[in-house]
Amino acid sequence: MNRLLPFIAFMLLVALFGFGIWWNTQHDQNAIPSPLLNKPAPAFNLPKLYEPTQMVSKADLLGKPYLLNVFASWCIECGVEHPVLEAAGPSLGVRLVGYNYKDAPADAKRWLGEHGNPYDLLVADEPGHTAIDFGVYGAPESFLIDAKGVIRYKHIGPITPEVLAKELKPAIAAMLKETP
Amino acid sequence: MRLSSCGSGFSRDALGEPRQKASRLKPLPQGALLRLLLVALLAFTGLVHAQAIEPMPFASHAQELRFQHLTRQLRCPMCQNETLADSNAPIARDLRNQIFQMMQQGKSDEQIKQYLVDRYSNYVLYDPPLNPGTWLLWFGPLLILMGGAGVVWMAIRKRDRGGRASPTIDSRSSNNGDDW
Repeated sequence: MNRLLPFIAFMLLVALFGFGIWWNTQHDQNAIPSPLLNKPAPAFNLPKLYEPTQMVSKADLLGKPYLLNVFASWCIECGVEHPVLEAAGPSLGVRLVGYNYKDAPADAKRWLGEHGNPYDLLVADEPGHTAIDFGVYGAPESFLIDAKGVIRYKHIGPITPEVLAKELKPAIAAMLKETP
Repeated sequence: MRLSSCGSGFSRDALGEPRQKASRLKPLPQGALLRLLLVALLAFTGLVHAQAIEPMPFASHAQELRFQHLTRQLRCPMCQNETLADSNAPIARDLRNQIFQMMQQGKSDEQIKQYLVDRYSNYVLYDPPLNPGTWLLWFGPLLILMGGAGVVWMAIRKRDRGGRASPTIDSRSSNNGDDW
């Protein structure tokens, strides 16, 4: 038994390192858990991308849940996410609101022209001030906001088919069950 | 990585050019080449600083020092190994601007930190506060140290008792120790 002790200790260390490696592949190390989760979304008042004279506020969107998707034409991974949103958009069960982040409107429109426009509504935050209130620090990021304006789920990084099936759809289902 | 660059991207440009020059003037003695490289390195550090800390219209030198002190205690949410003072990520620039604006409004360091924590969680603090969520972070190492001390203490006690009861067993076990 005494002879085995160092070997057991070694195997414990191997298991610990193995767990560390496994754990780091299981989650995005750059993702910061949002303190805004399950709290009211911050108030905002942003111009529409296609009609910049019309403003959209948080109050305008209350009453029905929506998925706020932060994207930009300069964001490479948004191009990865886009086909997933286009395919899933109509079947999501919530409105899809595009949040154009720190982008020149002309670039954003060209990008949407090339990649397609799955959004029910598009708002633009060119200076990026409102995004700070949302705790946005890059793109893409997505917020699921319920009818009362509470953030129910946040995803940092692109929505892949896997994220869509395992996280987003269950989150939407749970939310709709509670407040249809 | 969601954004294409965390750093300035200057390192290659700044170092590359002098290097090319050096190779074109090939018959340079080694000392001169070294000097050229050193000059290039110096120029490179200057460039990075000029880019990372863009000039801001501070009300006073004291305020500038306060700004620098504060941004060095805060972590960039995008490039998590960089301070807000050092990072070139777009979000770091936006947050530096936000901090600058809040300073002009007379906000205290504590208020500014709280503003950022409310949006980006404790991740932005290099010195995380002591609360139930961070107990493991603060006391975890101490627990491990105490566990190790416990193991050592038990081993010593066991050896002491074994030594008094039958010294032959003790010497045999310590021989085993040498074998490994």
